[in-house]
Amino acid sequence: MAVMTYREALNLALREEMRRDPRVFVMGEEVGLYEGAYKVTQGLLKEFGPRRVVDTPIAESGFTGIGIGAAMLGLRPVVEMMTFNFALLALDQIVNSAAKMYYMSGGQFNVPIVIRGPGGPAAQLAAQHSQSMETYFYHVPGLKVVRPTTPMDAKGLLKSAIRDPNPVIFIEAETLYPVKGEVPEDPDFVIPLGRAVVRREGTDVTVIAYMGMMYRAIEVADELAKEGISVELVDPRTLRPMDVETIIGSVRKTHRVVVVEAGAGFAGMGSEISAFVTEHAFDDLDAPVERVTGANAPMPYARNLEKLKTPTKDKIAAAIRRVCNANGS
Amino acid sequence: MAKTMPERRGSAVLGVDAELARKLLHDMLLIRRFEEKAAEAYTLGKVGGFLHLYIGEEAVAVGATSVLRPDDCAISAYREHGHCLAKGADPRRVMAELFGRRDGLSKGKGGSMHLFDRSVNFLGGHAIVGAHLPLAAGAAFAIKYEGRDAVIVCYFGDGAVPQGEFHESLNLAALWKLPVIYLCENNRYAMGTSTDRALAQTEIWKFGQTYGIPSEKVDGMDVLAVREVVGRAVARTRQDKTPSLIEADTYRYRGHSMRDPAGAVYRTKEEVEREKQRDPIVMFRERALRAGVVTEADVRAIEKDVNDRIDEAVAFADASPEPPDEWLFTDIYKED
Repeated sequence: MAVMTYREALNLALREEMRRDPRVFVMGEEVGLYEGAYKVTQGLLKEFGPRRVVDTPIAESGFTGIGIGAAMLGLRPVVEMMTFNFALLALDQIVNSAAKMYYMSGGQFNVPIVIRGPGGPAAQLAAQHSQSMETYFYHVPGLKVVRPTTPMDAKGLLKSAIRDPNPVIFIEAETLYPVKGEVPEDPDFVIPLGRAVVRREGTDVTVIAYMGMMYRAIEVADELAKEGISVELVDPRTLRPMDVETIIGSVRKTHRVVVVEAGAGFAGMGSEISAFVTEHAFDDLDAPVERVTGANAPMPYARNLEKLKTPTKDKIAAAIRRVCNANGS
Repeated sequence: MAKTMPERRGSAVLGVDAELARKLLHDMLLIRRFEEKAAEAYTLGKVGGFLHLYIGEEAVAVGATSVLRPDDCAISAYREHGHCLAKGADPRRVMAELFGRRDGLSKGKGGSMHLFDRSVNFLGGHAIVGAHLPLAAGAAFAIKYEGRDAVIVCYFGDGAVPQGEFHESLNLAALWKLPVIYLCENNRYAMGTSTDRALAQTEIWKFGQTYGIPSEKVDGMDVLAVREVVGRAVARTRQDKTPSLIEADTYRYRGHSMRDPAGAVYRTKEEVEREKQRDPIVMFRERALRAGVVTEADVRAIEKDVNDRIDEAVAFADASPEPPDEWLFTDIYKED
């Protein structure tokens, strides 16, 4: 194990996979000479050269389509979105070309591409640069969607995503890039897609969260432990395919569920989890599933409004207390 | 009695030998008859959804494909039956795909707009206008990345030209010197919108000049002219790894799709009849006959063979079962 930042873990995953497989190449805005807008691709141009580290102009639909076309002929592109907000410009390529190619060609052309970059709420970046983007993708059959919370997950999941023969949407978070954690240095270390992880065992309530919301939930769990509430923390890691089994297993143990998500709640990840928990484990529930989500508003710039938009620790704690009936009601 | 000049005849005059002349005629006729049968099958309810016919434009696909190698790729939009057949796909499996049957090229899951045939390097029918232009550049990127000397021909209509992806693709293909030939089939109408209502610059080939791409216009009704111009582009692209842009002036006789009967609203019957006077198949056949490169007997043999193959295709498609229910969930994700 080595201690490194989330950013370094991603960088190491890219290097290892590029060393392992000559078909892997990196493409995107400022990934080469500039070494990445967030320095995730730092040093790659020097090690692998311009053939495999390709700087693009600002043309998301164009270069994403190029990545998909290259993947159809067997290359393994890793396309960086400088931020995932810009992926909307390539949404048609991702949804109509990448996700469906294998199906509509009757299994002739798979698209082994990774589209990665930071997404989710950040600090005062306002409406167009601070939003949860996963909802736009996890609805689509044919895509896999990953949201890695820790440096270890970032490395292990990115390596799996690159090796996967299908299109993988891999959304990081700029707020997590400097976060440090233990990361296996073994180049064969991977984390399979589609497997959730129980980050903390508990008995009273299952809290499902990922990315920044997981870190918040950990702090809340620490505080509530002092009140005698034992929180089990489950991180889906891959949103599509979702590890329903692990989540249901936890619900059967705790009988109470709180889903935390940064995005606006309507038709969000919390809605989906709430639905399948109801379908699979209704009889196990001792309380309705609670959702703590971002407010149904675009992201505002002003600090106070931004905080109102966001699921805070207080909101998470309140929801946990409600389902645990710990408010004395 | 004045001495008359002998009529100029022979392969040297036509520019292609007898075998190739017969093939060009055969392939154009095969597409024409295939499309006529597809239209018939549509009216019988055997083909569903949208059906976009290529009738009138055959010289473009056949002329272009005739200068390609088997390892060269082709990709197209949703009016792609002709491109797919020209590239060498089995008409039986193409027809079965239109019928939504299990023996179709895409197992019946793609339909008329999503024909794919990896065995002949046909990278698909794509039905979002403009979206396959970056895919073509991507395939060219892969070819170059692997150090091969193949090329890809990307067919698209005039309707794709106002899309951003046309311009993004031309820019990136030129910037990165990708071996792709963009071949615009200008049939003058994007659905019902004529080029002069859609484009500030209706000379589409000129857009290539802006991006520093060798560009030319060709009579898309003349299979030999298409052959010559695309052949030049393919040689240049293959050697220099630079893209090319070709605008083929062509015309579709039928409506945009089967739901647009002959396109009566946005163009006149007189215009359609006038355009049919330069029919690519009739013109080439007469020219080849005059040159003595093919004979009337050759033409009859070709017609018979084509009719037989199309009848066979329909019979094959009719006999092919529907895809089994469990195929709904196959081919969504590839296993390792």
